[in-house]
Amino acid sequence: MCRFRLLLVVGSVLWLAACGSSNNGSAVTGVATTCFPSPIQSSQLIQCSALVTGTGAFVSTVTWSASAGSITTNGTFTAPVVTGPTSVTITATSTQNTGEMGTATVVINPVNSLPLTVDAGPQPQTFTAVNEAFTTVTVCVPNTSTCQTIDHVLVDTGSSGLRLLSSVLTIPLPQQNDSSGNPLDECYVFLDGYVWGPVSLADISITGEKAASAPVQVMIPDSVSPPVPSTCSNRSIGQNLGNSVSALRANGVLGLGFFQQDCGVTCTTANEVYYDCPASVCSPTDVTLSQQVPNPVTMFSLDKNGVLMFLPSVPPGGVATISGTLIFGIGTQTNNALQSATVYTVPDSGANMGAITTTFNGVSYPSSFIDSGSSGIFFLDNATTHIPTCTVQNLLWYCPTPSTGNLSATNQGTNGNQGVVTFNIENANTLLNTGYSAFSTLGAPQRTPPPASFDFGLAFFFGRDVFTAIENMPTPGGPGPYVAY
Amino acid sequence: MLILLLCGLAILASPAWAVLGDSAASVLNDQARMKGTLRSVDMKAYVMHEITASGGSIVREYVSPAGVVFGVAWEGQFPPDLQQLLGPYYEQARQAERQQERHGRAPISIETPGLVVQQTGHPRSFHGQAYIPQLIPQGVTSSDIR
Repeated sequence: MCRFRLLLVVGSVLWLAACGSSNNGSAVTGVATTCFPSPIQSSQLIQCSALVTGTGAFVSTVTWSASAGSITTNGTFTAPVVTGPTSVTITATSTQNTGEMGTATVVINPVNSLPLTVDAGPQPQTFTAVNEAFTTVTVCVPNTSTCQTIDHVLVDTGSSGLRLLSSVLTIPLPQQNDSSGNPLDECYVFLDGYVWGPVSLADISITGEKAASAPVQVMIPDSVSPPVPSTCSNRSIGQNLGNSVSALRANGVLGLGFFQQDCGVTCTTANEVYYDCPASVCSPTDVTLSQQVPNPVTMFSLDKNGVLMFLPSVPPGGVATISGTLIFGIGTQTNNALQSATVYTVPDSGANMGAITTTFNGVSYPSSFIDSGSSGIFFLDNATTHIPTCTVQNLLWYCPTPSTGNLSATNQGTNGNQGVVTFNIENANTLLNTGYSAFSTLGAPQRTPPPASFDFGLAFFFGRDVFTAIENMPTPGGPGPYVAY
Repeated sequence: MLILLLCGLAILASPAWAVLGDSAASVLNDQARMKGTLRSVDMKAYVMHEITASGGSIVREYVSPAGVVFGVAWEGQFPPDLQQLLGPYYEQARQAERQQERHGRAPISIETPGLVVQQTGHPRSFHGQAYIPQLIPQGVTSSDIR
């Protein structure tokens, strides 16, 4: 005769440990609860089970409860939506003896992935974007539900900080004041132009991640006050990219680069990046690190050490559009492990900040870099590569016919890690005439700085998992800054 | 003290100083404007004046035996005041840039018969150079301008 029975409840299925005839005077003596797996992400469903132990012909059913999220009568748990790691207690209570219960703890992590799209760009479609990876960002007036979701924000691993066009913004983000109590504005210079405008505060939501009350730059056109200081516009021969959607070729820029702030220590002393803007005229001002526009990833709760971009391979000739995935964090969740990626550490100071050394035909180029915000692969010149060039609308490109076939370069980090990169260059004139937006074979000369360098732009990212780790942030591959692929 | 202050104001109030294509004397104007330290190296075929600003950004100006600045180069977290550095060629470079139709984001590359301007990098690490091909002395190449 069996004195002890086990009843395992898995969902609605009862597993009865049949053991002879029932007893009178049954009792439930324990409930053990398990939920698997953990951690899981916001809104994910998992099945919990309860192991009920007792004596006699006890009743094996339980009632389920959860401290957050929801759970069905048969133990299917739906995780709550969280923006940071959150522990939820799941309790199964014996229906026969409500004094017997078992608990399990499930850790809920934020959803950290969202689509990346390489397409023709935002409306109004006055241009065809080429090799620009876009994503979607939601900004809110801090601590309110006044929010706006903005699509076609350029994902740029070459800069840090979120910048949005004022002409796209429809919600009133409050402007940040500087240490003098005056409005704080910023001049930010990109490779081919500059942007100017207020530093405002926003709650930034990107997929399930949140950066609360984060400084962001609102990029204003020439026609909006305060006017661009000449000390800002004179730093570029390009135009004010904040003038319009077609000037920026995006609705905003999401800088997910190596650095925690967009300027860093340099701007805590004399600089011409941040400006004090009383009613009269703007003049350069010092700012603390926390007043600067940050890489918003650093303000996330869990996935704050970097990003992973994945874009599928693009065949020769290009494709009209292609979609991939942007994932926050490195080694923080199950979907962002470094796995077999090689880590190439980069300098966090000096003239080659953020750079790798690329060796091509036996010559090393120590100012090379990997940057999702550049379109093609920009490298060396015709005299060095012997790849024919052509001019398309006054810009010089590589235009070989037939294509170069596999070119080979070796990238090296400051940690000594090395890896061979093979790439193929096709005729840019042919590619750009397709009207397509995604090309893995687009290339052009880049002669600066002597003796020239490689800029591995978005063309390099197709078919690769590329990790960008943020300075001083611990990761399973060591602290950033590094690029890994 | 007052004189020094007035001098400082005069410098701040001055419009851009022509450098590229101008005389070597303009190097000192740039040094004052950048509040930098100056190092000059005589390379025989030319003299290189290197100005390092307090923030670490560097401008190098290349002066021919004839005393003319034939090329400039820069590196730093952000570009220097290019209007000041390129002088009358700044507007020419802007006009040339306007005529280029960009397909995605790319380095600056202006190559006209009378002016070459190149810039690469990203925020917090820029490298650039500009020169006037006709003014480069014998025995010097554009890749010396770095």
